[in-house]
Amino acid sequence: MNIFRFSSPQTFYPLAGKLVPVFATLAALCCAAGLYIGFFVAPVDAVQGEVYRVIYIHVAAAWMSMFIYLVMAFWSAIGLGLGTRLSFYVTQALAPTGALFCFIALWSGALWGRPTWGAYWVWDARLTSQLLLLFLYFGFIALTRSIEDPRRADKAGAIVALVGAVNVPIIYFSVKWWSTLHQGASVGAGSSASVAASIKLGMLVMAFAAWFYSLAVTFARTRSIILERERHTDWAAAEIARLGSRNNREDR
Amino acid sequence: MNTFFSVLHRDILLAWRARADLLVALSFFVIVASLFPFGIGSEAEQLRTIGPGVVWVAALLASLLALPRLFAQDFDNGVLEQLLLSPEPSVIWVSAKILAHWLTTGLPLVLIAPLLGLMYRLEPGATQVLVASLMLGTPILSLLGAIGAALTLGLRGASSLLALLVLPLCVPVLVFGAGAVDAWAGGMSITPHLSLLGGASLAALALAPFACAAALRLACE
Repeated sequence: MNIFRFSSPQTFYPLAGKLVPVFATLAALCCAAGLYIGFFVAPVDAVQGEVYRVIYIHVAAAWMSMFIYLVMAFWSAIGLGLGTRLSFYVTQALAPTGALFCFIALWSGALWGRPTWGAYWVWDARLTSQLLLLFLYFGFIALTRSIEDPRRADKAGAIVALVGAVNVPIIYFSVKWWSTLHQGASVGAGSSASVAASIKLGMLVMAFAAWFYSLAVTFARTRSIILERERHTDWAAAEIARLGSRNNREDR
Repeated sequence: MNTFFSVLHRDILLAWRARADLLVALSFFVIVASLFPFGIGSEAEQLRTIGPGVVWVAALLASLLALPRLFAQDFDNGVLEQLLLSPEPSVIWVSAKILAHWLTTGLPLVLIAPLLGLMYRLEPGATQVLVASLMLGTPILSLLGAIGAALTLGLRGASSLLALLVLPLCVPVLVFGAGAVDAWAGGMSITPHLSLLGGASLAALALAPFACAAALRLACE
């Protein structure tokens, strides 16, 4: 089977429709299993106590937020290089999820930092670069939403995503250097020397949950974007009419 | 090369004829920097500590303020479209426009910075380092800003969008620029900071005009 078949919005739309429930189910299962392991199986941390359990959400969200930006940059490069519309749709579908995970990582980090470091916010390299990443997401979303011509919005967003991706490592290292210069290595993430197997397993399962969740919502969002942008085509118009009539029936 | 110099000449001439605009950006720089003592007090030691950072943040904001003008006029009167239609590689005249913009808005900031150094009671050596770091760092602000200006060209709410796009990207410049002066004050070597700034400047010079040209092409499609 030729996988490039699915680079066309028309063929990707039904495929994504089939995959969304699968990924959503997997996400729910992984999330339930991960949280169960995290809250009931994994031992209490010797130094931090119960509060460490926020890592099951925090770490998965932080990983995902960074990874999604890379995926966005990848699809932007593909879109600009090959001119595939679907790449741009996927990029724009990914952005809100990335921003959401970024926000979750920051918020759960603040809740963890208060009892552990005694402050909601510390000007640590990781926190600061995560905050800047959130701003990059906001910039991307704001730019693509405020350009009315959708084709210009696609490409402008792709340029911003690529410029941002080149800058992310530079930002990270500069901020890291800055924070070590200004306050010394005062805050570490705790001793990572001996982590119980169940804790690792919990984090891994939660990371999978974040992956499946991202896939599910991104595909669902891509489907909406496809319909919106391809509404001038026959198949999309037919699909919109079908969805419209179904909604009307449900209302009655 | 001919294109480069004729665009450069034209842009500098236009900027000179509208020099009130340039004065506004420059005054903004001085005003922002002079507001801080009112907010935090005028104790000499404190001012000396925050001075370099304040001057750098003010320079960042002032260069941001000047950015929308970089392409807006040429976009409105159709010059940009003509330039895009010309057979010359667009990177050449884009670079010339960015250079002209830096010469007319970035360089004045560098030149007036010693004055702010005096206001913040910086030692002469610290002021020299500050000026050197601004000299190496402000081109990056112009180059990165030009990408943002091209992307937001002709959009509503362009200036606030520009801030959201450009400011996060400029953080490293701020870190190394203000960091150089801090390093000098702490008796450390300033070479790594200035080398990194210079390196970042060259990297931006090599890459930004291409991104900027692509964004301009989009805006004029």
